Amino acid sequence: MDLSVTDLSVSLGHRRVLDSVTAEFRPARVTAILGANGSGKSTLIRTMAGLLDPDRGHVRLDRRYLNRISVRERAQLLGYLPQDASVHWNVGVREVVALGRLPHRSPFAGPSQADAMAIGAALAATNTNHLAERDMHALSGGERARVLLARVLAGEPQWLLADEPLASLDPVHQLGLLDQLRTLAAGGMGVVIVLHDLIQAARAADDVLLLKGGRVVAFGPAREALAHQPLRDAFGVEVMVVPDEQGRLLPVPIGLSA
Amino acid sequence: MNRLFLNLSLLLLVALLFAASLMAGKAWVPFDAWFSADPRWWIIAELRFPRAILGTAIGAALGLSGAVLQGYLRNPLADPAVLGISSSAALGAVASIVLFAATAPLVIFCVAMIVACASMLLLAALAWRSEGAVAFILAGTVLASLSAALTAFLISVAPNPWMTAEIIDWLMGALTDRSFGEVQLALPFIALGCALLLFTGRSLDALTLGEDAARSLGVRLGVVQMLVVLGTGLAVGASVAVTGIVGFVGLIVPHLLRPLTGARPSALLLPSALGGAALVLAADSLVRLSPGASEVRLGIAMALIGTPFFFVLLLKGRRASWI
Repeated sequence: MDLSVTDLSVSLGHRRVLDSVTAEFRPARVTAILGANGSGKSTLIRTMAGLLDPDRGHVRLDRRYLNRISVRERAQLLGYLPQDASVHWNVGVREVVALGRLPHRSPFAGPSQADAMAIGAALAATNTNHLAERDMHALSGGERARVLLARVLAGEPQWLLADEPLASLDPVHQLGLLDQLRTLAAGGMGVVIVLHDLIQAARAADDVLLLKGGRVVAFGPAREALAHQPLRDAFGVEVMVVPDEQGRLLPVPIGLSA
Repeated sequence: MNRLFLNLSLLLLVALLFAASLMAGKAWVPFDAWFSADPRWWIIAELRFPRAILGTAIGAALGLSGAVLQGYLRNPLADPAVLGISSSAALGAVASIVLFAATAPLVIFCVAMIVACASMLLLAALAWRSEGAVAFILAGTVLASLSAALTAFLISVAPNPWMTAEIIDWLMGALTDRSFGEVQLALPFIALGCALLLFTGRSLDALTLGEDAARSLGVRLGVVQMLVVLGTGLAVGASVAVTGIVGFVGLIVPHLLRPLTGARPSALLLPSALGGAALVLAADSLVRLSPGASEVRLGIAMALIGTPFFFVLLLKGRRASWI
């Protein structure tokens, strides 16, 4: 099931934030959206999740227009993990994960067998089983991030759209979460994440979309998009490309472009 | 705690307090005088029965709408007063007294309901398309201030002291001398409003994750906002239109129950309705027992009982996780 955006333009207030963005995202891959602050990364992923209406262009899911899909079906197909990882009341972890089942539950019906199984699977996949009976406000930042990911996974979406899932995590948890996302993609899920860190993107992403000022600078395999020239264009930084022990090329920023 | 057990316990409590509310008062009517030729039975049938029904209904309306608003606005300080519905309904009642010299409950109720509905529409219009909670709170606060200012203006131009006394009744809230006529007027609106509010449970749960996450889970924020505005408007508007402003119930009842139900907003709705009914019944029975010729007003009693109680609760639970 492909997720694509065609000629997408989005304004927030009177400011045009995205300008004719076209990209086709493929399932079973991790795609990272990168760009400087204000380049439109969050706006792009929120529009793809159906949370913003484009001025022009459209989002398509498997050749169907996203705005023609019912809200309920969209919620079943697209899992969205917002940047704001707060939970407003001190709700139990299992209850939070169970919220991910809302798009599958009929009104006023209790949780079904399938719901219970999906919740159990999501807790297991994110290694949060031991937290299930705790309350959200008693968790550390890393634990909370995993529980909120479990919430999305409980909905068994085809696509996971995550807005800066690594923000406010320490390096250990960042690597853990990226591994998790890679595992999900290996299982067939389409994963699109907004990232800040070039090195993390090079490690985790199959494809990279570089944005600058709401326009696409480069879109392609990570190795090509994270090269000298595209990064100079998108961020205005010079990088040193260093191979890691697995042969992946990591772009390390070393200074501003002249 | 088991939800069913909690709800059944609260239901039992409401039933007991309902019975107590029929017995208690200047004239004590024990159970063996009920359903008999005892003249005191007349007090129950004609005076205390409608009063107890109204107490139950407005308590449920206030408790439920408090729980819904705290969940919707994700703010433990929210209560029906923040939407300005109570003050605008009271404004309607006061206006009918001052401008039309109304004394009939029907006229006062109708004007109060019309003003409450108008302010509801204004609220929906002010918050329209923003879908966010902040615009909603601001709009409600503006409405509450406007109603309070207009009410104060009407009091200042009230032509005679009788009207002023009557107005004070509405601003302080009282269940004194209510008849079945008022019950028939208010009950359908309160029931409809409460039914609408009970539909919001799942959306409120989803909103604990924030507005974006809730929308991505298929929650239509516009629909939720309509249910909240309409439900609160009908239930609280009708309550205030027969009793005047009774504060505190919508604020403290959800707080009292949250340690028992857990913090999930939908788990709090039904218990808050039952808890609100219990609290108003208890307070209304107590005000009747107060010494002196006239009763303490229900709204005042509620604040007098509620404040210290709530204060102790806050001190005890300062480190409790549910705040």
